[in-house]
Amino acid sequence: MEHSVINVLFVGNNFARIMQGLWTSVWISVDSLAAGLVLGTLLGILRTLPSKPLRFILRLYLEFFRIVPTIVLLYLVYYILPRSFNISWPASWMAILAFALWVAAEFSDIVRGAIESVPVTQKESGLALGLSKTQLFRYVLLPQAVQLELPATINLATRVIKTTSLLMMISIMDVIAIGQQIIEANNQKYPTAVFWIYGLIFILYFIIDYPLSLWSKKLAAKENR
Amino acid sequence: MNWQVISHSLPIFAQAFKLTLWLSLVGILGSLIVGALSSLIQYFKVPILSQLFTAYVELARNTPLLIQLFFLYYAFPVIGLKMSATTCGIIGLIFLGGAYMAEGFTGGFSGVNQTQIDNGKALGMNNLQLARYVVFPQGFALSMPALAANVIFLIKETSIFSVIAIPELTNTALDLIGMYYRSNEYLFVLVVAYAIVLIPVILLLNLLERRVRYGTFGD
Repeated sequence: MEHSVINVLFVGNNFARIMQGLWTSVWISVDSLAAGLVLGTLLGILRTLPSKPLRFILRLYLEFFRIVPTIVLLYLVYYILPRSFNISWPASWMAILAFALWVAAEFSDIVRGAIESVPVTQKESGLALGLSKTQLFRYVLLPQAVQLELPATINLATRVIKTTSLLMMISIMDVIAIGQQIIEANNQKYPTAVFWIYGLIFILYFIIDYPLSLWSKKLAAKENR
Repeated sequence: MNWQVISHSLPIFAQAFKLTLWLSLVGILGSLIVGALSSLIQYFKVPILSQLFTAYVELARNTPLLIQLFFLYYAFPVIGLKMSATTCGIIGLIFLGGAYMAEGFTGGFSGVNQTQIDNGKALGMNNLQLARYVVFPQGFALSMPALAANVIFLIKETSIFSVIAIPELTNTALDLIGMYYRSNEYLFVLVVAYAIVLIPVILLLNLLERRVRYGTFGD
């Protein structure tokens, strides 16, 4: 049994291919997060402004993403963009779009919460110093908010990484899709390959996500003290 | 958008709707039980068991449900454990949800005031009584917001069951799209179906959260 694991992993370039698949999952997570955090910060700031209709629209946006499962979001983008808008992007771009919109919704709520929990005296002191609205956000509210929101943001990142497991559903060659190919190719010779390959992928996800969640927990504990 | 296509698909979606509800319900109840148990064991630092449960919580929380399901459904038969897709789905959801619920409960339990526990001990309560009469009732109220978020999360996670061909809502929509190529219509019904499940649940949980808080702490 032990031999079969080693064989399956190192026959040809199987291990390298799995790592390549993992890389696909990682860069899609990083790109989605980067785009989502930028858009989410903007939406979050807009949600602290007094305009009622604006708040309402942004709230609807957030609630939509709260209700629709991520796998469904992925299919919405995957089917609707090409068929209704005639846009034919590579599947990886569509995944990034779907994930980024979702991250932006979640992050806008984190940003809003963080900005609102910066003590009022900070805002008043800034205004008393003659800061403009933009300066107030740039130098007073956002730096403090970033610190408050860091644990929740890292948590969101771990969720995005876990969600990349869905990429194979829109035929992206991610770590799971490549794992499946390897299993199918070796099924005859090594029937236990499925156990070891999926086991390996399970552990790979854990190795990426666990340090991040530990970090987020530590930061949150520090804040509560 | 063709309304006739939609109305024709409604009976099929109704079946899927029921299955999603049922799977969610079983998954959530199971998760609550596993989560409460695992959190209490961690709280009272029961030797060996508490380390085991901590490892379980971290493993389950930091890996995707999809790979957990693939492992249960495709890899377990290799070591002689063959289960139906639905059984795998429920076990997977409880495995994942139990860990999330455990974290939720732990957050609440750690918020229970130390004096409450000291008083309980002074009254001569043992750990079991402390758990039953002091830690659990107060901790439960404190963990309500986290538990409520998990309930919503778990209902949405049932959509992942589609990858092992359990005919719940998402799987049904994908099947219909594959057969009739009507993506707009079926995706529309799918989103509406999730809204019908989740909006009442969200509202109900908000209400419950306030009720439990008021009932326990009076504010």
